[in-house]
Amino acid sequence: MSRVDHAEASSKFIEAKDHAEFHDKRLWDLRKKRDVESEALPEWEELRSLASAIKEHTLTHLADYLEEFERNATTNGMVVHWARDAAEHNQIVFDILQAHDATTLVKSKSMLTDECEMRPFLDNRGIEIVETDLGERIQQLDDEPPSHIVVPAVHKLRGDVAEVFGRTIGTDPKNSDVPYLAESQRNHTRPYYLRAQAGMTGANFAIAETGSFVVCTNEGNADLGANLPNLHIASIGIEKLLPKVEHLGVFVRMLSRSALGSPITQITSHFRAPRPGTEMHVVLVDNGRSERLGMEDFWYSLKCIRCGACMNTCPVYRRSGGLSYGSTYSGPIGVIIDPTFNLRKYSSLPFASTLNGSCTSVCPVKINIHEQIYKWRQIIAERHQLPMVKKEAMRVAGKILSSPRMYRAAVEAAAAGIEKLPRFLVYNPFNAWGRQREVPASPPSTFRQWYLKNRGKRE
Amino acid sequence: MSSREFILQRVRRNQPAWRQLPEVPSFARPLADPLADFGTALKRMGGTLADPPGSAALDDVIRARFPTARVICSADPQVEGTRRVDAVRHPGDLADVDVGVVRAVFGVAETGSVWLSEREFGVNALGFLSQHLVVLLDPRSIVANLHDAYAHAGFREARYAVLMTGPSATADIEGVLIRGAQGIRSLTVIPVAAKSAATATTQRRTS
Repeated sequence: MSRVDHAEASSKFIEAKDHAEFHDKRLWDLRKKRDVESEALPEWEELRSLASAIKEHTLTHLADYLEEFERNATTNGMVVHWARDAAEHNQIVFDILQAHDATTLVKSKSMLTDECEMRPFLDNRGIEIVETDLGERIQQLDDEPPSHIVVPAVHKLRGDVAEVFGRTIGTDPKNSDVPYLAESQRNHTRPYYLRAQAGMTGANFAIAETGSFVVCTNEGNADLGANLPNLHIASIGIEKLLPKVEHLGVFVRMLSRSALGSPITQITSHFRAPRPGTEMHVVLVDNGRSERLGMEDFWYSLKCIRCGACMNTCPVYRRSGGLSYGSTYSGPIGVIIDPTFNLRKYSSLPFASTLNGSCTSVCPVKINIHEQIYKWRQIIAERHQLPMVKKEAMRVAGKILSSPRMYRAAVEAAAAGIEKLPRFLVYNPFNAWGRQREVPASPPSTFRQWYLKNRGKRE
Repeated sequence: MSSREFILQRVRRNQPAWRQLPEVPSFARPLADPLADFGTALKRMGGTLADPPGSAALDDVIRARFPTARVICSADPQVEGTRRVDAVRHPGDLADVDVGVVRAVFGVAETGSVWLSEREFGVNALGFLSQHLVVLLDPRSIVANLHDAYAHAGFREARYAVLMTGPSATADIEGVLIRGAQGIRSLTVIPVAAKSAATATTQRRTS
């Protein structure tokens, strides 16, 4: 498997200027809406601590809770399956569909099925899959993976959607009016709900004490898919467990506030048992999670509730786009999860961060994301997975930073240099930093010069 | 070894050291006017809180709000509509419904949500295939926040329970908000107490 080159992929994203600027603005807007919501709840920080503690408790007792969930779900009339990995998950889903002679599946958004690459697997076996979430449908029709875990087509502008829909579902490719595009998808998708033999959802939470699972959505697609066909399949990662119904209060209060800046999703559905005369199947998926649980520094990432707040706040994600990460999970959370799947392939991702810590401070379950990013960097450096340029720059930086004398000389030279250098030398193609912004004017003196002059004598 | 055994065994082996489960407080805050708070929250989420119907018949109130509706399918004894949900055999038969009518068990002031289950819907798809949804809600059955909501026994009893908050919506294209994504295009809550014996029982359980 070839390595993902995040910087190279990002440079393509940045080339499309309008797209890059809108992407940055749209996601920062979500971050600001999240701030308004979190600041309006006096107990926000307490909720974060509770959510983190509940998740940590559950993960340290996960086997018991999984058994409890299975027991109760089975008593309620669900069928529970277990999948070690993506391949087994896909096979289980296919077998269930086959047993029901199901050839059309209406599917709501699930990162887990993307992680398992289920769609191509079922496509090849003659199953017609209709992604029903608007953003996910746009991505399916454009043959692209989602670029964001909450808003899958956030990197596209309305003109792109008009082009995709014009090419695939017969809308006017020149009409990029957003209500027209959304209405077209509504009308296009509706007949599928009526004729599909199976519906599929993911789950945001699974409750051990009731054997039920919760799906948080806005469009109504998940509930149409779950309440029309006679077969409902839900794929659930084993880390989605919560002990009790009462814990949902904590998580549901924070999920949509963190994700979109709304107090709750329009539709929060709780599935405990199949409708009479129908079947409900749950596939509990491991796919690397039980292994991650044993990684001392990294098991905390299993607390993630997939709200996307870390992505929306991340300056690197906002300016590089989700597809540049080359993985199902992008942004800060992707950076710490992806290397657990394949360290070599994703070794460039932990460097797609400024380590500013903003991801950690917005995370509703208090995952120490930026600390984990730093730890991955150490592991990657130790295992000699660093690219040449980075290694050389670090070697030089290490030398300069370890000697106060050399450091002072370098700082003074740099300050003087920027003032006197002609523009074309500073803003040249080799200075990636200067491509989209001005280098700030250097202060009249360095901090050390200022300190020696003003405070030095008092020592 | 089955995958079930394999996964459980590896989870057991790898589980980090025991951490305690915290108590969740209720974060209770007294509400001066629960219905007004509920209405404000609902409006933010794109829903509408109608005026109390007073002495007007509910069927007339709904008809006045949706003058062009051909099919009004009711799951509540207080509203006649043009079709009773009990007569519906297959959920897909609701595809032509203009307005669905259902009574919520309770509302949540914090978010403007209403709680519904298969018992209230009759056919769950009524809440999603209908173009518009009218929800009857007893103003005395409004809890303050989601912690109170999750204390409700219905979550342990219902096969399917949903907190619906305004109409279906999407902002997947350039963040432009569309009310009426794939489910209902509008959600109207009419504050009105239940009359029949059956719904009165439900109410006592929530209060």
